Amino acid sequence: MDMNENPAALVPELLLVLAAVGGLLAGSWLPRHRQWIVRLIAVAACVVGMAAAVADLTRPVQMVFGDTYVVDVGLGAVRIIVLASIVATIGLSVDRFSGSAREAEFSVLLLLGGLGAIVMAGANDLLLLVAAFLLASIPLYALTGIARTAPGTEAAMKYYLMGALSGVTMLVGATLLFGGGGSTQYTDLAFALSGAPRVVVAVGLVAVLAGLLFKIGAVPLHFWVPDVVQGATTPVAAFVTTIPKIGGLWALYRLLSTALSTTDVDWSLLIAVIAAVTMTLGNLAAFFQDDVRRLLAYSTISQVGYLLMAVAAAGKAVLALPALGFYLAAYAVTNLGAFAVVAALPRATTIADYRGLASRHRLLALSLVVCLLGLIGTPPTAVFVGKLTVFTATVDAGLAWLAVIAVVNTMASVFYYLRWVAPAFRRGDPAAPAEPLSRAGIWGAVSAHTAAGVSLLLGIVSGPVLAVLGS
Amino acid sequence: MLSVVVFLPLAVGLVLLALPRLPDPAIRWTWVAVSAVDLALVVALWIGYDPSSGIGYETDVEWIPTVSSGYHIGVDGMSLPLLAMTCVLFLACAIFSLRETKRVRAYAVLFLLLHTVSLGLFVSLDLILFFVFFDVSIVAMYFVIAGWGHGERARRSALMFFLYTFLGSLVLLLGFIGLYLAGGTFDIVELTAAAPLDGGGPLAGLVLLALVVGLAIKTPTVPFHTWLPPAHSDAPAAGSAILAGVLLKMGTFGFVRIVMPIMPGTWRQYALVIVIVGVVSVIYGALVALAQTDLKRMIAYTSVNHMGYVVLGVGAAGLVAGTAEQARTLAVTGAVTQMVSHGLITGALFLLTGVLYARGGTYDMAAYGGLARPAPRFALLFAAAAFASLGLPGFSGFIAEFQIFTGSLPGAPVPTAIAVLGIVLTAALFLIAFQRVFLGATRTPGPVGDVTVVEGAAIAPLVVATVVIGVFPRFLLDVIEPAARAVVELVAR
Repeated sequence: MDMNENPAALVPELLLVLAAVGGLLAGSWLPRHRQWIVRLIAVAACVVGMAAAVADLTRPVQMVFGDTYVVDVGLGAVRIIVLASIVATIGLSVDRFSGSAREAEFSVLLLLGGLGAIVMAGANDLLLLVAAFLLASIPLYALTGIARTAPGTEAAMKYYLMGALSGVTMLVGATLLFGGGGSTQYTDLAFALSGAPRVVVAVGLVAVLAGLLFKIGAVPLHFWVPDVVQGATTPVAAFVTTIPKIGGLWALYRLLSTALSTTDVDWSLLIAVIAAVTMTLGNLAAFFQDDVRRLLAYSTISQVGYLLMAVAAAGKAVLALPALGFYLAAYAVTNLGAFAVVAALPRATTIADYRGLASRHRLLALSLVVCLLGLIGTPPTAVFVGKLTVFTATVDAGLAWLAVIAVVNTMASVFYYLRWVAPAFRRGDPAAPAEPLSRAGIWGAVSAHTAAGVSLLLGIVSGPVLAVLGS
Repeated sequence: MLSVVVFLPLAVGLVLLALPRLPDPAIRWTWVAVSAVDLALVVALWIGYDPSSGIGYETDVEWIPTVSSGYHIGVDGMSLPLLAMTCVLFLACAIFSLRETKRVRAYAVLFLLLHTVSLGLFVSLDLILFFVFFDVSIVAMYFVIAGWGHGERARRSALMFFLYTFLGSLVLLLGFIGLYLAGGTFDIVELTAAAPLDGGGPLAGLVLLALVVGLAIKTPTVPFHTWLPPAHSDAPAAGSAILAGVLLKMGTFGFVRIVMPIMPGTWRQYALVIVIVGVVSVIYGALVALAQTDLKRMIAYTSVNHMGYVVLGVGAAGLVAGTAEQARTLAVTGAVTQMVSHGLITGALFLLTGVLYARGGTYDMAAYGGLARPAPRFALLFAAAAFASLGLPGFSGFIAEFQIFTGSLPGAPVPTAIAVLGIVLTAALFLIAFQRVFLGATRTPGPVGDVTVVEGAAIAPLVVATVVIGVFPRFLLDVIEPAARAVVELVAR
């Protein structure tokens, strides 16, 4: 068998490994005031990796390393989105982590977590998927507790315990599917699972789903999300609610549309139900949150619900794959933008603290509005095009009821996003102290403006992007 | 050229946003100047447009080829009058806002944004483009109501406005997706040619339901009108003028531009339902308006009544059996004329209530009396606008409503007869309101001055325009009629 061990196909992944190792070594030797060099290494690796990933987009699909890893347009999209998200996370973290004792480790852990997410998306083999799951998870536990605050430690503990439980469940599922199909490689499984006992396939699938649903923060494995987002530092919260979802959702899409493409287990309906419940619960829980980070946490849960709609339509609608890729990109930039605003104003923790933002920081208020309206899916922002394509794919796949639920949820989500927008545009309360709205530094604000700008731009130039994803 | 007309206001708005040191008066006058230039450009478009040529000034560029959606714009006899009306109204609001002092920059930028999206919607020949403009208008108007409305209540009304109309837009989007999946494109012209869902069946019914409900919320018709009165009573005067004058037309325009041409068979099938919804809106809107003590709420409800006539007209165009094409053309022509006419008249009325609020700080009719003595010019303008609104001959409202009734009568005699009662009710309510506020012993919450030069310069042209249309309607009807006939032929195919 041709193992096709072509490392040239894995340039972005290898760059992340090299940068992580190099960053760790450099971080141990550099004095505290020069730790920014590690950050630079990380950003450089991401930028070069993105260029390599863009160049790879034009190449034909490759199966490498014994067909366990697929380099296709989907992986290309995930690579670009994840690497860009790492850069954005580093950007919005500078104000918080610059000169801190954990500066180098922070960057290195981001690189490793991002690498895990990318490998999950490319995995074409259950064992590689499990390994990537671990790589995508363990750095995040450390990141969650990196500030060594009591809530941070508690959140890390909770995150770890749930992660360990779902990881083990996932391994059980992989074993069952292996038992049923006689292989862990997706293409072989697709061939073998059509004849395997239904119960084995169904139970195995549900068990594997446990790990992936945990990773993307979907119901019923979403309980860690609000605690981690509120307990960890804001840059970590931004990372944890963005990057693992990209890898996890793509892994889910690949697993279902390849390995389970022939089985008669109705996974489409299962995912559709999970999507409906996830968006609804996320939205309902976000309704009366006063803490902005908790609000964003539940908002990310509801967004996973919309993203899962594309997975439910996998294989049944041609638009499902471009829709998933585009929505992921749109979600990543918009969500990171919203978190960047929070990172730029570290003392404003509740919605009420944002009162008068428009008169204090005009541009920051504008970026906040663009990002929050973006999360609703208001045109012409990127998420609008994401929702349009996802809804279209869902209706096309015969799941019109899910699209109706998504519409109702979108409408409901307006309420809590506007609860945050409205005070920002009110006149500041003269009696209230001014310090909640004092800015941390310029990096958070710059990241927020950039993300808001990209979110608008991506919506306007969605045509070519979707065309690339659809090729 | 057309793109310049559409995006000029937004471009200037972005420039205003980028120049933080510009003093307020400069911003206000820039706003007026841009609106005037845009109006002049639309007049130039009008002069250069041949009504018999179908779509003019067309631009069709690929935008999202994956879903066959493009930047496809163009004007025809239905959109051109609405473009002109939009520009006139925005110019009036710009002039009216010359006395605005509260956060002028943001206010001007929001109105310039609204200007662009309103024009953009009327020229859209692509469903996604249409939807983008439709939705952005909601966002911009939300900020106008929440930021410049009256007091604490305005924020709640603004939220209700956003939630309600946003839900409408999403339902509309579902309908658009249905059309796309049936026809394989979002392009309105292509969909019109193909009429993909015309075979009937439950899917066609569902798509029609989604489209009609989405547009009916925006129009608004009974029973989807409940967002309208609070939004109006708490919005600033210029915001109300634009909301009622332009934004409501987006709903009815959707019927003639999208639903009727693309789903002719289904439209004919359910035309009677549309007619009934229209008539109920006419009567219910008029009756509820009659019961109001708040002048602005009263005018808001007359919008429900007036848009009801439009819905009646477009519904009657679907009642093909036993009616002449000429009658149906008349009904659609009347409906489009009514959109223009209502925009001008209700714009004037809302700006006039703004004048009243600036003097007395309340819209409560009981707080005023005998204003004709201290404010004769105000009384004259209000009387003219009120008579125009109730459909007196010589004003544009008469031309529009007369055509709607004449055109609808053969197809739907009983509903039309009932709808005519709406005229009587509106006449009564405007006469009563005029009596209360302007006649009798003078009674005011404070000193009341007459209409200022600036206010007059904003409002008088609107009233003059309704008279011009009322007396010399041909220049308008010559443009609308060919387009209306085309729609009627499409519906009847």
